[in-house]
Amino acid sequence: MADGRLGYGLVVSVVKIETSMPAIELDQVYLGWRDRLAVRDVSGRFEKGSMTALVGPNGAGKSTLIKGIMGQISPVRGHIRLGVDAVTQIACMPQADSLDRNFPITVYDLVALGAWPRTGHWRGFCRDEHARVLDALSQVGLADFASRIIGTLSGGQLQRALFARLLMHDADVLLLDEPFASVDRATTDDLLGLLADWHARGRTIIVVLHDLEAARQHFPEALLLAGQVVAWGPVEQVLTPDNLHLARHLCAGDYL
Amino acid sequence: MMGVIEWLFLPFIEYGFMRRALAGSLALALAAGPLGVLLVLRRMSLMGDAMAHAILPGVAVGFLTAGLHLGAMALGGVVTGLLVAMLAGLVSRLTPQREDASFAAFYLVSLGLGVLLVSLRGSNMDLINVLFGTVLGLDDAALLLVTSASSVTLVVLAVVYRSLVVECLDPFFLRHNRGMGTAVHMLFLVLLVLMLVAGFQVLGTLMVVGIMMLPAATARFWVRSAGGQMVFASILGCLASYFGLLLSFHANVPASPAIILSAGAIYFLSVLVGPLDGLVHAAQQAYARRRRLSAVSERVQ
Repeated sequence: MADGRLGYGLVVSVVKIETSMPAIELDQVYLGWRDRLAVRDVSGRFEKGSMTALVGPNGAGKSTLIKGIMGQISPVRGHIRLGVDAVTQIACMPQADSLDRNFPITVYDLVALGAWPRTGHWRGFCRDEHARVLDALSQVGLADFASRIIGTLSGGQLQRALFARLLMHDADVLLLDEPFASVDRATTDDLLGLLADWHARGRTIIVVLHDLEAARQHFPEALLLAGQVVAWGPVEQVLTPDNLHLARHLCAGDYL
Repeated sequence: MMGVIEWLFLPFIEYGFMRRALAGSLALALAAGPLGVLLVLRRMSLMGDAMAHAILPGVAVGFLTAGLHLGAMALGGVVTGLLVAMLAGLVSRLTPQREDASFAAFYLVSLGLGVLLVSLRGSNMDLINVLFGTVLGLDDAALLLVTSASSVTLVVLAVVYRSLVVECLDPFFLRHNRGMGTAVHMLFLVLLVLMLVAGFQVLGTLMVVGIMMLPAATARFWVRSAGGQMVFASILGCLASYFGLLLSFHANVPASPAIILSAGAIYFLSVLVGPLDGLVHAAQQAYARRRRLSAVSERVQ
């Protein structure tokens, strides 16, 4: 379906440089693997300093969209334009399964990895960074866990550690893919508080969420996805019963 | 007392071939240990074995074309080892097949090819020596090869240590940060092949995997951190080499199996009494837990 008109997206997207670049702009983006499209025709922008909940049923293409923005898969059609540098200014927290939890590494070292954009493969790890790690650990409430091996942490504690690593990254745009999937209420609230903090400091935040209540309470904006954009805008206008019903319907239709 | 000291040191003081054997196997063990730990951490413990089989046809081709010339055989081994690693990696990247399966396929083909090539020249005692090692007959070239390969490996490991750890811990993170995950992985495979090829003269292509994996598998029962395990594995490998050579000298048994069996003995001992999750330790913990639980239930009654 996309093959025949592959050229289109390229023609459409002769880039206009605008005065106020958004953090991320999507222009008729189609994403997918091989012959199966996961996301169709997404257009819109994540403004700088916005905080968006990315909501949708399973298989709606939320993770795919995150991967597209990260540049891990390239769009089948359309364009994704970034107003910031992809490596140094975008930090991502993927679904936790890519981390090997049995690896014998301390919480301190795991968090210190967040300094990667500054240290890279070889550069030294200076005193400044050491202070930052300790600060990040205390912000997520893991100050006493620095020398613990990550295999001994609970799911919630590990998630806190990953948040601390994200904090170390010090990026302008933060993408989080289901950060609260296996985390209890108290931890979720703590971590949401951290996100609100970062938002207040002008960071752009996009979070994949399943908890609609949390989305309504903590996020000013929402993007409801179901293989395509169902609604995008202020959270109270997006997460309406009608829209949610439509989203469920669209996704079910895809699989039946 | 004097007897013990003589037993421990005299063979190496009196005989030059024992000193050479010790130097060669110590050099091998020093660099093989950290590589083994990385293999264990990457859940590729059997990969070393597969690679050792994979380098066989290259060694055989080197032998067939240039005779028992160390350089030719080493070059052949390196080339085939890397070729197999690259092709297997390519298949696993381009098709849904996982890397362990494609590796198994490629190394078995390589092994078949190797056996075929070896049999072309008939049974040859020299080649048997290459396959099973001649640690007691190391010449200057072999000693130079293994010591320089080991030095290069240790230096490169130290330089890319951070990348290797991250690539193994969280490949996604490295990829996102343009961390050249694939390059790091390939470099690791190059080091692995280099050490296997360098080690075939010392312990033989088949036994060299033992000095790599056994200390690495042992270290986990004594040290927790990845870096600590690497240092520990090196030390264990050296100890196993030393006592294996002594055993071989005093009991008059072949040297390279004696070295591997020493490492094996240390492994079994560690599984039993190792302070980190060793069997004895685990049993103690289970016993203590039962005691606590029964104490609680008595109080409840």
